[in-house]
Amino acid sequence: MNTTADVPSTQFDLDGTKVQVFPAPGMRLSQVLREELGVRDVKIGCNAGDCGACTVLVEGAPVCACLMPAQQVAGRRVETLGGLYQNDKTTQALAERFQDMGAAQCGICTPGMMVAAVALLRENPKPTETEVQDALGGVLCRCTGYRKIIDAVAGTSPVARHARGDVGDPIRHVDAVAKVSGKQAFGDDIAPIGTLEIFVIRSPYPRADFRFGDIDAFIAKTEGIDTVLTAADIPGQNLFGVIPQFVDQPVFAETQTRFRGEAVAAVVGTPQTIQNFTPDTFPVEWSELKSVTDVASAQADGAALLHADRANNVMCGGFVASGDPDAAFANADVTVEGHFQSGFVEHAYIEPEAGFAQMVGDRVEIHACTQAPVMDLDALEDILAMDRAKIRIVPTAVGGGFGSKLDISVQPFLALAALKTGNPVRLNYTRTESMQSSTKRHPSDIQLKIGATKDGKISGFNFYGEFDTGAYASWGPTVANRVPVHASGPYSIPDYRAESKGIHTNNPPAGAFRGFGVPQSAIAQECLFDVLAEKLAIDPLDFRIKNALTNNMPTVCGQVFSQGVGIGECLEALRPAWNAERKAANDFNASNSTIKRGVGLAAGWYGCGNTSLPNPSTIKSGVLADGTIVLHQGAMDIGQGANTVITQIFATALGVPVRAIRLVGPDTDVTPDAGKTSASRQTYVSGNAARLSGDALRAVILEKMNVASDAVLEFGDGMIRAKDNGGTHELSLANLALDDDGFTFRAEETYDPPTKPLDENGQGVPYAQFGYAAHLVVVDVDTAFGTVKPIKFVAAHDVGKAINPMLVEGQVHGGIAQGLGMALMEEYIPGRTENLHDYLIPTIGDVPPIETIIIEDADAHGPYGAKGLGEHVLIPTAPSILNAIYNAVGVRISKVPATPARVRAAIKAKSS
Amino acid sequence: MTYHNPTDLTLALEIAARGDGKIVAGGTDVYPTAKQGESPPYFLDVTRISGITGITQDAGSYRIGAATTWTQIAKADLPPAFDALKQAALEVGSIQIQNAGTIAGNICNASPAADGMPPLLALGAQVELASSAHGTRNLPLEEFVLDVRKTALADDELVTAIIIPTPPAGAKSAFEKLGSRRYLVISISMVAALIDCDANGKISDARIAVGSCSPVALRLSDLEQDLIGKRLEEIEVNESHLSSLSPITDVRGSGSYRLDVVAEQCLRAIKRALT
Repeated sequence: MNTTADVPSTQFDLDGTKVQVFPAPGMRLSQVLREELGVRDVKIGCNAGDCGACTVLVEGAPVCACLMPAQQVAGRRVETLGGLYQNDKTTQALAERFQDMGAAQCGICTPGMMVAAVALLRENPKPTETEVQDALGGVLCRCTGYRKIIDAVAGTSPVARHARGDVGDPIRHVDAVAKVSGKQAFGDDIAPIGTLEIFVIRSPYPRADFRFGDIDAFIAKTEGIDTVLTAADIPGQNLFGVIPQFVDQPVFAETQTRFRGEAVAAVVGTPQTIQNFTPDTFPVEWSELKSVTDVASAQADGAALLHADRANNVMCGGFVASGDPDAAFANADVTVEGHFQSGFVEHAYIEPEAGFAQMVGDRVEIHACTQAPVMDLDALEDILAMDRAKIRIVPTAVGGGFGSKLDISVQPFLALAALKTGNPVRLNYTRTESMQSSTKRHPSDIQLKIGATKDGKISGFNFYGEFDTGAYASWGPTVANRVPVHASGPYSIPDYRAESKGIHTNNPPAGAFRGFGVPQSAIAQECLFDVLAEKLAIDPLDFRIKNALTNNMPTVCGQVFSQGVGIGECLEALRPAWNAERKAANDFNASNSTIKRGVGLAAGWYGCGNTSLPNPSTIKSGVLADGTIVLHQGAMDIGQGANTVITQIFATALGVPVRAIRLVGPDTDVTPDAGKTSASRQTYVSGNAARLSGDALRAVILEKMNVASDAVLEFGDGMIRAKDNGGTHELSLANLALDDDGFTFRAEETYDPPTKPLDENGQGVPYAQFGYAAHLVVVDVDTAFGTVKPIKFVAAHDVGKAINPMLVEGQVHGGIAQGLGMALMEEYIPGRTENLHDYLIPTIGDVPPIETIIIEDADAHGPYGAKGLGEHVLIPTAPSILNAIYNAVGVRISKVPATPARVRAAIKAKSS
Repeated sequence: MTYHNPTDLTLALEIAARGDGKIVAGGTDVYPTAKQGESPPYFLDVTRISGITGITQDAGSYRIGAATTWTQIAKADLPPAFDALKQAALEVGSIQIQNAGTIAGNICNASPAADGMPPLLALGAQVELASSAHGTRNLPLEEFVLDVRKTALADDELVTAIIIPTPPAGAKSAFEKLGSRRYLVISISMVAALIDCDANGKISDARIAVGSCSPVALRLSDLEQDLIGKRLEEIEVNESHLSSLSPITDVRGSGSYRLDVVAEQCLRAIKRALT
């Protein structure tokens, strides 16, 4: 607290209570609320008014607390979600509706959304969709696609119903109350007020040599600085990475940096010192070096190698081949070729990377947002050269991940600082820091040729794609491997060749982002399918159905599924909308000359889990002596709903309602590894482990009680009751032996998908299951401006079995919003779009109504038939939009984002 | 360092004259441009100065207090000539920004993409400035905003109000903004049109201002002259009308794209004003 004589007090009314603070002149209201008053439900996403996460009400009007001097609220009334939820009936009713719609996924935007909505609802209890959009336009959400938020605010009838929570029940998220009440603690919400903070010194250049000056003198002369960390402070290896053969990224660069924003040192000091720290005072000298920032110049003769052992800056490649594509092209009646490009896409979760660390005895504890706690532990074990038993990872709630929080970020800085100072430390990336240093979706440069015979069957397919993997490998090898396996789309293509390469540049590392390169390759394949269908004069939907995979048909990897191939049904499900919307578009276009309407479609598939590699999940469960059922749920819930889905599966297997289960989260001290939240694997892989764990727990109980296999179990009051044909049986738990976890009964089960390695031609069994998707979109193109406005989506998804249909819709909506952003507005340019006003993601006004069609073609491997879903969604979205643009105005956009300028240029080129 | 929030203009002007302080109102530009670790010698919060907020009318003009927020403008009861300004108010960032951001702040920030500039230029706005040493002066808006991030505001001055000469009684206006998404978006280009017609439906007064296509938003005087005497269906916007514009290429769009779309935007703004 800055309680000093020369700083006058500021008094105001906070949620009905008079408070007095002593903020430094001009301190942001958000900081005073969070760090003086402990009101951590006010979230910081950008500190620039771009995201609205910090929205509070001042005299009833929503404002960004990050843009308001604290002194400005003197004598005024300030309301935040936490207080509103406690005291305000409008807020409480809205909180119920948010839960009933699944309107909060990760929950980081929820306080801002709800507070902005309360201001609207107080003036207008029955707002229209447009009024809701106008009122919430200033709050960004990256998870939900906004539609469920609109429904919740407008008061549409609930989706969730009160039910046991068996598989198939659309129950509320089990952790929803924490999100709608402001109580959920994210990465920056853990540290006590006053904790030491960390400021990371980063490269201002894409490539530079650097030399430190006198760091000891800097520490000595700068009051409030505890220590400085550099590579010299790393006890173990100064390297991390997610793939064992490609561990290549230093925690701190040692003499040369390879991308703008790369860390070289970290300053640890008091909050006030870090707040007032000017980076120019840090003793480091930079000399900028020539850099390569695109894949062509990175591979040119004489280009400096980013990594000495990777010739021509080629990190690695992927390859799949079957049949004889050249012969097939020779036999084809029609061939088409295309060149497709995409740029970096930023994950833009609203929660920047953040965390807290402390020493507990001789152990270090790291509380941070993550998608992969055990991988964090693996990395820290090597970096810290510590016994892994002395490292504890306690994941906080995650305010969005989408792939980028698979990689470590704040964790090593936090651990090193805690170890070196012995004190608790915290670090919260700024938005710019997050954007500069975190991984991105790979830019792509794709050449594709496809042939077909007159009867509409594909005859030859040749794909070559280069992917800018940036300065370090991260998940680049996964992208290189996945793309050739998926580039065919969900189609039968006997004569196939696909090659990919990951190329290093001095750009930020490209890594995992929802789809691992497949959304990029799908743009090429699905757009070129439309070109091919037109040349063949075959309806694009019929063309896709004619070539779609069915059961017992080999994929391009030679894998044959005897069941569960649902793409045909997804495509057929779009036919009513395809016929109706095209007719409606024709009618619209007959009477409109400037705005032209078009309809497009695209399909996709995605293999769930690691590609031909083990990726087991383990789920532990047990029954305490008082009858409480405990589920150790280690699958990171990053908003997608793993806590809910895994619990529903486990509860169904055990035969109890979801409300009977107490969850324990993915703390590495107490919960087994359920693997990383990536590759759309949690519902499928961890879901299976949960099913096995529930089955096993049930089996040991049934055996002990000697009751029938269909017995109905009830737990509580230190008893288990079982009802079967023989009547009611009771087992007192009081006298049973307890294990180390205090369990009377326990089960711990592991599931690993059955896959087989790929040979040199990519033939094998890469995944045990695929999920399938097909999207239809209607767009309006303003021909004078080149603006594209999607007005409706119809999305058919084969999920095998919808464990929770409301959450399925949530994934579909959110994936479409991200696909829409990638198609129309998102391009990260290092050094230029490092904030959320130059880098644009869709707002609540940009995502149109979405009709979700759930197809359930059960999968033999999935728990209750379920397939993965998260990544599948955004694969068809962008190409469907590009195909709709063509349908509307006759121009093919082959480079995303299809910005107004690009679309208008194409329209002009066509008409001239 | 001190935080001043005077309620009295005389005191505020004395503080302003000390120099080098940061004037803050809505904070919507002050904080996003703040640099890590740097803080001004003092803040001068102008929002509590008596009479600095609100809209008043006298014989010949409207007076919009400098710290009037965009929300206050959007909700104000004003004649149709102000519709462009009210529409622009609703396009400034988001509701959160409109509730805090002020009209004078928008102008003093001197961004080429300031949403307030085109409608105020079309309204013929004057900027009222005050200082302890020299009292009050009024400058036409065109003479106040000089270049990107540069205004005629003297070190010891504060903007106290925007003065708008009472527009022709029948004048109507409209604002068109083009961006890459619906909300929270910096304009690619924008146009405000203020149009008055005579009894025969012919344009008798036309003021067209364009933003985001030059360092400072501009009135298109050639176009304005050509519009006089025309009916709506006779209007054309050609390249020569746009010759004073000098749009740059940035992440939002190329210069040539901006020139390409702005002609259509002028037409749409004029049509929207008249319908």
